Amino acid sequence: MEKIPILRMGEFLLVTIQVDMHDRLAMTLQDDLTKRISETNAHGVLIDISTLEIVDSFIGRMLGNIAAMSRVLDARTVVVGMQPAVAITLVELGMSLPGVRTALNVDAGMELLRESLNGHGEGGKGQSDGRRF
Amino acid sequence: MATTLNQKTSGLSSIIAKHRDQILAEWLREMGGATRRSDLIKESELQSQCNRFIALLADATAQTGATVQSAAYDPLRELLADISRSRALQGFTPRETAVFVFSIKRPIFTAIREELSKDPTGMVEEMWNSTELLDGLGLYTTDAYLKSREETIHRQQEEMLELSTPVVKLWEGILALPLIGTLDSARTQVVMESLLEAIVRTNSQVAIIDITGVPTVDTVVAQHLLKTVTAARLMGADCIISGVRPQIAQTIVHLGINLLDVTTKATLSDAFALAIKKSGFTFVRLEKKKNKEQEEN
Repeated sequence: MEKIPILRMGEFLLVTIQVDMHDRLAMTLQDDLTKRISETNAHGVLIDISTLEIVDSFIGRMLGNIAAMSRVLDARTVVVGMQPAVAITLVELGMSLPGVRTALNVDAGMELLRESLNGHGEGGKGQSDGRRF
Repeated sequence: MATTLNQKTSGLSSIIAKHRDQILAEWLREMGGATRRSDLIKESELQSQCNRFIALLADATAQTGATVQSAAYDPLRELLADISRSRALQGFTPRETAVFVFSIKRPIFTAIREELSKDPTGMVEEMWNSTELLDGLGLYTTDAYLKSREETIHRQQEEMLELSTPVVKLWEGILALPLIGTLDSARTQVVMESLLEAIVRTNSQVAIIDITGVPTVDTVVAQHLLKTVTAARLMGADCIISGVRPQIAQTIVHLGINLLDVTTKATLSDAFALAIKKSGFTFVRLEKKKNKEQEEN
């Protein structure tokens, strides 16, 4: 069966979605990811969706769910590389993914994860959603 | 019926062919009045247009049972569309354009009267026939005129849409989108897309949407702005809305629009200062620094 690979990079898990997401694949990813987080004791999850071109409300909800589940398991989630068309679609669907942090690319995403991890270590900083000034 | 129609149309055709020069001369004289507009079109150009019109009219009426809409009139309609388009560009009014066709009526009627003076029934029929035909052609001219005007308006609208959404780079990683004019759904869509694409292209962390040039902000416009901000956030960029005028701030609160989740600033410079700070840059005035150093020394 088709699977999305989950790579471990130090304290973080790296998920690169490079195929069209269908519902079953999304559910599998959700299962695998939560399992891997608890196995590896990871503190951050980076999901790269730069090649994802089609989204529906289910995939949007899944991204939100993964972020929420990771938070329960004490890992921060950053979604990186969302395409303009995908962002517009999600907004039109009314899904602003409130609990999900976002970054422009993998570099910026890693930076954000490291920051939030440091903040986390220092006593719960970086809990707020998104990046506000 | 078909045979009578046949006779009628071919009759008109032969009359036109026979009296061609006379019709042309009278027609030009007919247009010599107020509708001539010698300031907009050259005599020679008008004459060649009239010549071609009469030639094509004679050809078209020679076809049996043809109406203005049928294929026999294609060349004539094309000529009229061409003329209307050029008149619209030259600055003729719709009336002046239509009169081009209507003013040929009198010369043609004169020709018919001369030709069929001994056959009153035939004359009335022929006149009715040609009136119907020329009215149809005149209306077609007006239609073509309006169509070309609408095309011009449409093209200009598109050009304005493109012109009015420039995304400018202010600094490394900082974009600005100065909005000018009323925002409607179609325009907001273009604005949103061009901003998001520019964010990806330039890899910018911060985008400033400046609404100083937006005359009014209603719920729809606010909704569009919020959508753009949310979409940018989903992509990993922060949006600042700047240029909120006092009246607009009042309107937003009165309308009960929630902009609490969005960073708003009164001026573009405030927003830029914030963006610079956010990106980890800082500005230092050199002279002051020098003075300080001197004081210290």
